[in-house]
Amino acid sequence: MAQIFHRSTNFISRFSLFSAVFLIGLGLVGVLGLARSPYSTNQDVTRAQPVQFSHKHHVGDDGLDCRYCHTSVETSAVAGIPPTKTCMNCHSVLYADSAYLEPIRESYRTDKSIPWVKVHRLPDFVYFNHSIHVNKGVGCSTCHGSINQMPLVFQASPLLMEWCLGCHRNPEQALRPLDQVFNMDWKTPANQAEIGKQFAAERKIRTTEELTSCSTCHR
Amino acid sequence: MDGMRENEIIDGHTHDHDAHEGSLHADDHSGSHQEDSAVHEHSLDLTVLRAKLREKSGKQYWRTLEELADDPRFEDLLHREFPRQASEWDETVDRRNFLKLAAASLAFAGISGCRQPDELIVPYVKQPDGMILGKPQFYATAMPFGADAVGLLVESREGRPTHIAGNPDHPSSLGGTDVITQASVLNLYDPDRSQTVSYLGEIRTWSDFLKAAEARVAKAKTQGGAGFRILTGTVTSPSLAAQIGNVLKQIPAAKWHQWEPAGSDGAREGSKLAFGRYVNTVYRPDKADVILSLDSDFLASGPGHIGYMNAFYRRRKLSGPSDTMNRLYVVEPTPSVTGSSADHRLPLRSSEIEQFARGLAALVGLGGSGTLSPLAQKWLDAVASDLTKHRGTSIVIAGEFQSPEVHALAHAINTALGNVGTTLYYTEPVEANPVNQLESFTELCADMDAGKVDTLLIFGSNPVYDAPHNFDFTSKLKKVESAVLLSSHFDETAEYCQWHIAESHFLETWGDARAFDGTVSVIQPLIAPLYHTHSAFEVLAAFTDKPGQTAYDLVRERLKTLAGSTDPEKFWRKSLNDGVIANSAYAPISVAVKFSPASLPPAKTPPAGQLEFLFRPDANVHDGRYANNGWLQELARPVTKLTWDNAALVSPRLAEKLQLTQRAAARGGEHGQIVTNVIDMSISNSKVTAAAWILPGQADDVVVLPLGYGRKRAGFTGSNKGYSAYVVRTSTALWSVMAGTDAIKKTGDEYPLACTQYHFNMEGRKILSTGTLAEYRKNPEFAKEGDETPPKEMSLYKEFAYPGYAWGMAIDLNSCNGCNACVIACQSENNIPVVGKDQVMRGREMHWIRIDRYYAKLNTETGDPGATDYDALDNPQTYFQPVPCQQCENAPCEQVCPVGATVHSAEGLNDMVYNRCVGTRYCSNNCPYKVRRFNFLRFQDWETPSLKLLRNPEVTVRSRGVMEKCTYCVQRINNARIEAEKQNRPIKDGEIVTACESACPAKAIVFGNANDPSSRVAKLKAQTRNYPILGELNTRPRTTYLAAVRNPNPELEKA
Repeated sequence: MAQIFHRSTNFISRFSLFSAVFLIGLGLVGVLGLARSPYSTNQDVTRAQPVQFSHKHHVGDDGLDCRYCHTSVETSAVAGIPPTKTCMNCHSVLYADSAYLEPIRESYRTDKSIPWVKVHRLPDFVYFNHSIHVNKGVGCSTCHGSINQMPLVFQASPLLMEWCLGCHRNPEQALRPLDQVFNMDWKTPANQAEIGKQFAAERKIRTTEELTSCSTCHR
Repeated sequence: MDGMRENEIIDGHTHDHDAHEGSLHADDHSGSHQEDSAVHEHSLDLTVLRAKLREKSGKQYWRTLEELADDPRFEDLLHREFPRQASEWDETVDRRNFLKLAAASLAFAGISGCRQPDELIVPYVKQPDGMILGKPQFYATAMPFGADAVGLLVESREGRPTHIAGNPDHPSSLGGTDVITQASVLNLYDPDRSQTVSYLGEIRTWSDFLKAAEARVAKAKTQGGAGFRILTGTVTSPSLAAQIGNVLKQIPAAKWHQWEPAGSDGAREGSKLAFGRYVNTVYRPDKADVILSLDSDFLASGPGHIGYMNAFYRRRKLSGPSDTMNRLYVVEPTPSVTGSSADHRLPLRSSEIEQFARGLAALVGLGGSGTLSPLAQKWLDAVASDLTKHRGTSIVIAGEFQSPEVHALAHAINTALGNVGTTLYYTEPVEANPVNQLESFTELCADMDAGKVDTLLIFGSNPVYDAPHNFDFTSKLKKVESAVLLSSHFDETAEYCQWHIAESHFLETWGDARAFDGTVSVIQPLIAPLYHTHSAFEVLAAFTDKPGQTAYDLVRERLKTLAGSTDPEKFWRKSLNDGVIANSAYAPISVAVKFSPASLPPAKTPPAGQLEFLFRPDANVHDGRYANNGWLQELARPVTKLTWDNAALVSPRLAEKLQLTQRAAARGGEHGQIVTNVIDMSISNSKVTAAAWILPGQADDVVVLPLGYGRKRAGFTGSNKGYSAYVVRTSTALWSVMAGTDAIKKTGDEYPLACTQYHFNMEGRKILSTGTLAEYRKNPEFAKEGDETPPKEMSLYKEFAYPGYAWGMAIDLNSCNGCNACVIACQSENNIPVVGKDQVMRGREMHWIRIDRYYAKLNTETGDPGATDYDALDNPQTYFQPVPCQQCENAPCEQVCPVGATVHSAEGLNDMVYNRCVGTRYCSNNCPYKVRRFNFLRFQDWETPSLKLLRNPEVTVRSRGVMEKCTYCVQRINNARIEAEKQNRPIKDGEIVTACESACPAKAIVFGNANDPSSRVAKLKAQTRNYPILGELNTRPRTTYLAAVRNPNPELEKA
């Protein structure tokens, strides 16, 4: 009896099997890649805000300190979005008639808050605390990027859990001298590994095991 | 047709899924009769049980009547891996519809996409001074309650009060709380609260009311105020009393009446009988070696009870066998929280308590005599000799609901024993205007009936619901031309009042209040009123010539006069900050007893063979005012462990006589649903139908009817739960009434009660360790006897090293009386949902800490059980054991989680990671302590806006399908650690206080770092009384217990 299938079927079946495995693998890579891509993490996505507030202008050009507006960054879990009053401290005099600033003045007049769009958004089951990071010498720009270069703020880091763990497993890489925490232009020095270790010891940074316990961030 | 048949198969048992909410009508719960017939027959035989108890010798503990009966069918129920029907589809949606919905959800899920919508940040326009975003603020205030006020420290999150803790500087709290104060924050956010002013049910503005009030006053002035009446509960607020005075000043013929359905006229009139005037008694349990309670639940109810609890248990803390402790005798008709801590407890009918007190008076040399049964007499002799041996260091405390005679006798006895000035002292009354409330209310009702009342202001009372039924208050209220009611809800009384003003919560208003020892606190608001609500001050102001005057003005004005030489502004700020006004406590006064027990007319001897019906406020919903509080409804009552209902509590002997039984229903296995007999009770020319509940330890022929249930207009949570005992309560028998045995009739119906007592049975292992002081001194290691904790190397798993902190907890069972404050504190701190009666009946309540109650045979009974009338069923010893997650070092839960959702932290916590949990429930199955709670449904209310304000932002709000459990308040640990690390220092002992520890008035719970030998917790764990539960499993729990030690009187021991 003649063979039902032509010899070429062998190749086709092998090819289909291999390509099926390959395609599934590719699909997985695709899904994982998508989850890590800016599409999902919102990294580098600039959001429209009710007022076109430029960090580049205020921080980069005018040299305002982060803490002028984000007052609770050293004491509390949240850095704090400034109340309208903080804007009006200057803008009741500077650019007092600017059309750009009308929403600010309106808010101040009507006692209605300005609804800013949240840029750095963590899931509800993550409890991040700004103050401990700042106090232990993790600089603002380590996570937030060069805010002083951003006309409109975008999220510079992916904010994925693996990104958090990157530092929690190896905190030495992110530690700076305490007086450089708010320096937006800080560059990691060549001897970071060495000074990082020294800072970690001085500041009693907890062990990796402690820093990666689930309840450090989740509760 | 096909579809129907399928439904029947899958849905075969759903006929009763919603049958249990609501009233006691037989048709409401017909479904529960149809359970497995084998179990149906398994009812309780008390005679067999009694015989079994007699046979047992030595120390025996039992938790349920069934367990004691050793019924094989009950055992079967326990050993079944899954309770019957536990895995069956039992919800309203059938499978077909479920699949349809699932398909639709999947399709729509695609449409909405994976990206989350933007979230807004809404900052302040002008940020309040002193506020740091993300950090809680704490304000001192006080909660007025009856003739007391509890000082509080309220946690505020960005302006929302979220959690209540006690104020350590306030004498009524000393840092502790009770369930009602702890749960009061939920009342603030109750979605059923009344929100506006209304007239005849229509919404009105405040200025409409002001105009109407002005007209009423003008009219009243023409008659000098005759016909103008004010009805309040007990008022201890000096400013409120002053404001009432302002109203009465301009219309002098107007009258102020007071009525508190669960108030204590007995105490007031008793002091008048003894001293010729009203005085207030303040006890100092910390100074007493011997305490006798005459039906007084002074540790759990009444003025000052939280502070008393603290003081009492300070004398029960043992650091070693050489320490001494106080001794507590309790004579009471029904088991109470105080009775559970007694070293000797005598169940005695309420009507016989007076005889007991007379007998005691005679024995301390005051004359008179009391007639008692031989057993009670023997008991009395021993107590009297113990008391006389402790002159000046003993107290006799009369119960709130006892007669004036009993109170007067107690005063005379205390004076005779030389206790006045040492263990108790007298002060001026803390009430602004102490009156005999029943007389005052009777007068009001008579005047209303005679048409003499045209304007009636009612403040925070609900007389249509809670007035004695013989007053027929409703028909009298209808005769009043204009009735104004200030209340938090549109309640039963609001229905019959022309004006209804929505009342502000105490966290929304200014005020002041006096505590049990006279200390005055300023009540300061934590939040502006959520709705258009008003306080009693504002309503009263409407009837004065200064209608705009606020409570703030009045209180501030008053404080100015108190400031003395200090700067008034400083004085005001300090008073607000401290939560108490400095030096405002009353000084002791000296009063002479003008009363001789011998001169008392002979006591009415209760006719033999009669039943005694007692009315008592419910432990949780009190007189009914907290009926709409879900936390309190779902909280198991300390002694009965009943939730969501009240029952008629009957003594075991009476149950035998009436052939009443109860059984664990098949549904939910041993969990939750207990089916009981329904009885009709005809008392005082009225009738009430209730579910009967057999209560070990209750005096013979006593039936207790808890007040506070059967509300018709409490709100969504509280309406139509249980039965109202007020319908059989008359003004001549406020607290107890006698009736013939034929007053009770079994209706033949059954009713399912949700009871947590049957849950999580620990099956005869050594869970509880108790002993007497003598045993402890002889063998300090007694608690460790039988402990088979294997050596550390025995584990297959890798040992964890804990180089840093090792969090641990020690719970002193000697200081726990099951008051439940910790349970509600935990619920509030950790966003724990309420699940409802139906789910509790399936054993699905979510409390992270449960309080197990154990009964033990009295030691006195082991010698010769035939010698007394009382055996273990009639008078067991009661112990309580709080069980949160034990935070095992070798945790069985961690090994079985397939997704790593519960893992060990570096400091020894069993972390629960909600976002990883997929709901396999393996961890719960593998937990020997059964402390894990599963969200079978989405129990949290995610829609109601007011409830969102209540949540603690530091704790994840869990959804359906997620396991949860006690975390040792890891949010508090983390916050304390962050603060300490910012200062580069270790966490100090006592810096982290868990919610349960903070609430505990007896300081029974201690949390800390077990690695630090100088910490409080390490010291407790080093005591010989310390033991782990189920140590033989090598779980190495971080929560350990200190054995309970009782201090019995050797004279009674011999008996």
